[in-house]
Amino acid sequence: MQLRLDFSVVLERWPLFLQGAITTAELALIATFAGFALGVLCAIGRRGASRPIAALCSAYVEAIRNTPLLVQLLLVYFGLSSLGFQLPAFGVAAATLAINVGAYTAEIMRAGFDSIPPGQVEAGECLGLTRAQLYWHILLRPAMEKVWPALTSQFVLLMLASAVTSQISAEELTAAANYVQSDTYRAFESYILVAACYLLLALLMRAGFWALGLALFPRRRRLGTPL
Amino acid sequence: MSAVVALEGVHKSFGALKVLDGVSFEVAAGEVVAIIGRSGSGKSTALRCINRLERIEAGRITVCGHAVHDPKLPARALRLDVGIVFQAYNLFPHLTIEENICLAPSVVKRLPRREAQSIAARVLTQVGLAEKAQAYPEQLSGGQQQRAAIARSLAMEPKVMLLDEVTSALDPELTGEVLRVIEALAAGGMTLVMVTHEMGFARRVADRVLFMHQGRVHEQGEPKILDRPATPELAQFVGSVL
Amino acid sequence: MVSQLGLPHLQFLATGAMWTIALSLLALLGGGILGFALALCRVSPAQPVRLLSGLWVQLIQGTPLLVLMFLAYFGFPALGWRLSAFSAAGGALILYCSAYLAEIWRGCIEAVPRPQWEAAEGLALSRIQRMRHVVLPQAIRIAAPPTVGFMVQIVKNTSLASVVGFVELMRAGQIVNNSIFEPFAIYAIIAMAYFCLCWPLSLWSRRLEARHGGAARLAAAP
Repeated sequence: MQLRLDFSVVLERWPLFLQGAITTAELALIATFAGFALGVLCAIGRRGASRPIAALCSAYVEAIRNTPLLVQLLLVYFGLSSLGFQLPAFGVAAATLAINVGAYTAEIMRAGFDSIPPGQVEAGECLGLTRAQLYWHILLRPAMEKVWPALTSQFVLLMLASAVTSQISAEELTAAANYVQSDTYRAFESYILVAACYLLLALLMRAGFWALGLALFPRRRRLGTPL
Repeated sequence: MSAVVALEGVHKSFGALKVLDGVSFEVAAGEVVAIIGRSGSGKSTALRCINRLERIEAGRITVCGHAVHDPKLPARALRLDVGIVFQAYNLFPHLTIEENICLAPSVVKRLPRREAQSIAARVLTQVGLAEKAQAYPEQLSGGQQQRAAIARSLAMEPKVMLLDEVTSALDPELTGEVLRVIEALAAGGMTLVMVTHEMGFARRVADRVLFMHQGRVHEQGEPKILDRPATPELAQFVGSVL
Repeated sequence: MVSQLGLPHLQFLATGAMWTIALSLLALLGGGILGFALALCRVSPAQPVRLLSGLWVQLIQGTPLLVLMFLAYFGFPALGWRLSAFSAAGGALILYCSAYLAEIWRGCIEAVPRPQWEAAEGLALSRIQRMRHVVLPQAIRIAAPPTVGFMVQIVKNTSLASVVGFVELMRAGQIVNNSIFEPFAIYAIIAMAYFCLCWPLSLWSRRLEARHGGAARLAAAP
């Protein structure tokens, strides 16, 4: 095995990698927020009184969690085009990633909601809060605080999983590597560089979530104790 | 004087266990009623039925004109008139004391923030916690948390307050501060229904004592029945507690 | 048009599914052995061993599996080391799984209550004996639910082997699609096939967790 690595050829293509990284970050951001909202609604649905809605949410969660992301991507991509929609790859990628992470988030948030002592829910009900107000004011942020590490890890995994969207031609980081290596024949260096980029993105994401946690949970910021 | 709280022939079971076996009593406006009895006598359940935390199987409950026994009654209207304080305080740990108190007035009654905050200041002064407004519940002692819980309930200006063994979870030296607040509430004319183990307090503050036994109101009357019980069960209970 | 999908197509898909199972078992075995060694390193009393293995795990966990596969399949040949699709995908999967299993199992070892370690020490057992007779047997019981849960991830991850050309279930579906051009129907069938492989594992993992409860949940927290 000859070890003649030449990173310079690959590094001169840095604008491509930068663009790819930005696209990856955009995909991750959109999917994180949309997926989180979807996951919270789904968790609420599963805990609700309506049996049909709970069953629907469970079916969604099980279907997503037991099928590969790649299959989901291709299903959405070809499903939409067979219905006549020609969405850009970025849109399909973002939507599918959101739907995917929504299912995992639903499970995490459901555990978070379940961990809130029922006495607090009773107290809220007795103060006259509606179910929606209970979730927004009393359940949501404490549940998030309890599962914040799990949420952080899940969304970082999402960002890493976005690499798969290169398969439907989303122009993100892995696609950039594919392009550069086919052009320069420097496959090893390209993919090593991209791996380093993902590591950096993961680090940035974790830092971002840590900071977000400080902003969202003032009690924790002030007192430093777990909930 | 019409009754503010009226229970007639209330029955409730938890599965196979019959907890309320025909409970009937009334509470007049401004009255302070203490419900006493052994664990399992149904006293907490009876209290929780008053504000629909538990649903009954038979009987009628009327509170401030609301037909609580009607399953179609929207609970929110009822709960604006009835406040409850729990044994476990149930303060919201992620909110400051002030935020705990302001939550319901601003979200349920849709009062502007300024107004909710002035209400909070008023009730906090009433329970003696004015300086703790910006603290979080975990920074307060048990007695302070329970007083904050009382303040939170008071902020909604209920017509009736239910107190469910509010001092049972407290260390003995902390019960005094809570009982003083309750006594002040009673003196101020609030209608109180409290489940309690504090016999001395019941004697001093209650207008009427209800002794519950095996799911029924076994004996009731002025607090002096504790000294001269008419039934052997009450005599046995008082003897075992003191 | 879906009736174009005939028995030979389904048999081809079934063969692909068998390769998916084979690849999953390979990843579980290889990743399991490597992961176990890594997990032991992660709980080693020697700090450099702990740190280095920790760094290694972080490195692998912070890299997308697809990139690992591309590195193995496209990257190594550029250095003169040509791997078959099966070897490249399998190797990448083994590496990927070993890192995740290492973390799961480390959590399970650490979830064994401290008093157990101390009792074993008190009985004058050496560290290896302590691990072998007291800690690991208990850790294995705690590890059952999250490990079975991770097996679901393994099966799903084998679908990426299709990208480097290995003909497992996903690739078989793409090949069938190239012949009859019914992508939505075919991928729906593929999805259902994966579901049939994964869902029983998910249910089993949940049943194990219900039986062994809290310690397993704590250990499996990512």
